[in-house]
Amino acid sequence: MLLLASAAMVYAERKVAALIQQRHGPNRVGPLGLLQPFADVIKLMFKEELRPGGADTVLFLLAPVISAAAAFAAFAVVPFGAETTFFGLLEAPLKLQVADVNVAVLVVFAITSMSVYGIVLAGWSSNSKYSLLGGLRSASQMISYELPYGLALASVLVLANSLSLTRIVDAQAGYWFGFIPKWFVFLQPVGFLIFMTAGVAETNRAPFDFPEAEQELVAGYHTEYSSMAFAMFFLAEYINMVTVSAVATNLFLGGWHGPFLPASLGWVWFLLKTSALLFFYIWMRWTLPRYRYDQLMQFGWKILLPLAVLNLLVTAAGVLFLGL
Amino acid sequence: MAFDLPLFYLFAAVATATSVLVIAQRSPIYSVMLLIGSFVALAGLYVLLDAPFVAVIQIIIYAGAILVLFLFVVMLLSAPTEVRGKRPRLAAGPRRMGAALGAVFGVELIWAIWRVASLREPVGAAGVPPAEAIEPVRAIGQVLFTDYAFAFEVTSVLILVAMVGAVVLAKRHV
Amino acid sequence: MVTLNHYLALSVILFAIGSTGVFLRRNMITVLLSIEIMLNAANLTLVAFGRHFGSVDGQIIVFFVVTVAAAEAAVGLAIVIALFRLRESLDPDVFTSLRW
Repeated sequence: MLLLASAAMVYAERKVAALIQQRHGPNRVGPLGLLQPFADVIKLMFKEELRPGGADTVLFLLAPVISAAAAFAAFAVVPFGAETTFFGLLEAPLKLQVADVNVAVLVVFAITSMSVYGIVLAGWSSNSKYSLLGGLRSASQMISYELPYGLALASVLVLANSLSLTRIVDAQAGYWFGFIPKWFVFLQPVGFLIFMTAGVAETNRAPFDFPEAEQELVAGYHTEYSSMAFAMFFLAEYINMVTVSAVATNLFLGGWHGPFLPASLGWVWFLLKTSALLFFYIWMRWTLPRYRYDQLMQFGWKILLPLAVLNLLVTAAGVLFLGL
Repeated sequence: MAFDLPLFYLFAAVATATSVLVIAQRSPIYSVMLLIGSFVALAGLYVLLDAPFVAVIQIIIYAGAILVLFLFVVMLLSAPTEVRGKRPRLAAGPRRMGAALGAVFGVELIWAIWRVASLREPVGAAGVPPAEAIEPVRAIGQVLFTDYAFAFEVTSVLILVAMVGAVVLAKRHV
Repeated sequence: MVTLNHYLALSVILFAIGSTGVFLRRNMITVLLSIEIMLNAANLTLVAFGRHFGSVDGQIIVFFVVTVAAAEAAVGLAIVIALFRLRESLDPDVFTSLRW
């Protein structure tokens, strides 16, 4: 399912980018260009597998594996629907989640912090100065933005009183005044913004994609990669985006709760909300200019981190005094 | 659980093997990567011990932050001096002696601890995990912020001091 | 049946490996890594005993040990960097005099 999602993302990215840039985008391969991602994958598979001479073989091949593995593994604890019986086809309700861990939020955080290694190793083992610079910069960026990411997460935990993603989503069921859904984004607008900003920085996407900057560093840490290894980095980036959007949907946008549909079809709402966030991701990439590296780091440490701490304090004070 | 014992042996074997390789490797980068493997195996052991919070903390802080720091320093320090030829190592005699003494040390400690620990009942004798396994973070939080609140605050000062110290020590004096 | 002895034996083995690394290695970064192995062995003992006595204190102490280890690793690595800048070497035997 994740693979299909990433294929859909590749297509969506090119189409949306094209529409924003007032051109057509892929429309040759298949109807409306829908088979474009498959054409891309086939092209990548047939490319020659290059490896630079001085590169350290083990690490060079290990790096994309770590990136891709971490990206997929993080999604394992993210629930994407309520317990469902698929329109009565199954006898017992099936949890739409690979593993219902009661510290799920921290597990996602832990695995995304492991994906730093894929990038650093890629930069180092390619034995080329562009890759090394790109790798180190990207790693510093990811580590710096993990802090506001974690703090925004902590603010949601204060509201929801549990670390299990399923329970956090369930805490967002219901409505106030009959029509405003009880999503945390309304209680925590700043938290949501911080989370999304840090998430974009974590996944190395524009406007924080300086390490991959096409104009400045050739392609940063994956300069020397081709064919399947490059495909794995590519894949890992899209899956990371999907994971961040999915977690944000669960934490802030109420997961699979929505009007007009019974609970067992909640995953439809989940898909819609996640797709909206992903569209937002792509939109930002092709609209905003790129931050320079020092501006990026300044923003992360001097603006986002204090804001996240303040958000946590205000949330905690609110819960204490208002008894939410 | 049905597969408690094989899982324990699996994680224990991975942790031990990677630790031995960490101290036997030439290149520090390989050592760091192998240590990550060891930490992940230990996190698995913590989960077997009904401590999922510690397991996740281990991965976030140890494997995800401290070792990244190590990796950065290794890259910073070995990039200019790409040592391919002679590396400073001990002669073969002291090394073998040291390894033998290490093994003797290990055996001695195991014997000592085994004798003491045999006097107690085994883990999970009641067969039921303790109550805090259901909501581990809540249990930890409650004790952490009441009984250990002072230590918690002092830790924050400690981290601040360490940060300042690290920056001051590693600065280039221009 | 996994008993406390199993966990203690494993932690002792890891501790012995770590201490062997501290004594034998001639690269300061690897020495610091071996210290981390020893700290992990201690953490395992703490969690195992905590589980054995049914108390959550073991995990809390581990929390503090991990924090202190992080602080110590940061300062230790800063010292290694400063020393490297002075003598261009990571061999502890090179730094034999207390003043230079």
